Amino acid sequence: MKLRTFLKGACDEVPLLIAVMPFGVIYGVTALEAGLTKFQAQSMSYIIFGGSSQFVASKLFAESIPWSVIVLTVVMVNLRHLLYSASVAPYLKELPFRWKALLSYLLTDEAYAVVISYYQKEREERYDHMYFLGAGLILWLTWQMSTAAGIFLGKMLPSSWPLDFFLPLTFIAILVPSLNNHPSIVAALTAGICSMLFSGFPYKLGLIAAALIGMISGFVLDLRRNRS
Amino acid sequence: MKIWLVLFLGGFFTYLTRASFIFLFGVWDIPIWTKRLLQYVPPAVLSALIAPELFMSSGKLFISLENVRLLAGIVAMLTAIFTRNALWTILSGIVCVVIFNMML
Repeated sequence: MKLRTFLKGACDEVPLLIAVMPFGVIYGVTALEAGLTKFQAQSMSYIIFGGSSQFVASKLFAESIPWSVIVLTVVMVNLRHLLYSASVAPYLKELPFRWKALLSYLLTDEAYAVVISYYQKEREERYDHMYFLGAGLILWLTWQMSTAAGIFLGKMLPSSWPLDFFLPLTFIAILVPSLNNHPSIVAALTAGICSMLFSGFPYKLGLIAAALIGMISGFVLDLRRNRS
Repeated sequence: MKIWLVLFLGGFFTYLTRASFIFLFGVWDIPIWTKRLLQYVPPAVLSALIAPELFMSSGKLFISLENVRLLAGIVAMLTAIFTRNALWTILSGIVCVVIFNMML
């Protein structure tokens, strides 16, 4: 039973892995381009284990931005995990400390997407944590292996390909499908315009300022819409 | 050295955001308004990252048919809207840059 729940989690995760693999490969390539060593590039994948934030960090390394600003930006990009954590917390409350600690590490966008729909629909109560483990672990393995593929095979990509352009394209691929309501669209437009207006700010701090303003405008619109 | 510092601090704080409410459940619950605010983190951050890459070149606004990245970015966005597929989106953008560069 335990193993079956574990495997079910892993299987349900598979469709998402198809999208994760190219990101991992591109991340590996981008990180090396930014001047990280192979070991550092791979380490980032298991220490931070958060796709978008790893891309952003690589980009900032390439532009020799102070470390404190890079950390701040990584945290900003990863803030959304607070939401996921709050959302799965009720289902994990009975688990021992070590399970909570492990599953926290595996809580990513893609694992969350699969796990939350399982918890909300087809729970089996007893071995639910095995489902989470299955989904999280297969994603973790895929991310590590695709990073390694990017690091070691990235040089085989044709040299006419604009590698630094992979990054904004990757972000477009994540952003556009998520713009499914007005407040999100307003948040994105405001942040995009502010980010260009603030591009002269030192140390890329304009990025964080623009993101905050975008977030708040989406939020304000959301409040207004729900009041009326 | 700087890189390792960023990896460990970035990893530490990222882990904290993931573990936060899993460990705090029942002790302190996330206020609803915070939830609604955090929803807008991904679109805002991503868009703030994308816009300057497409619309600017060496610190200046560059809106022109000769701005290959802007054109490719628009093609990628349209592909994303119609296919909702990450791989096609990225590929369409890359192919456009390569083709437009050859034409210029």
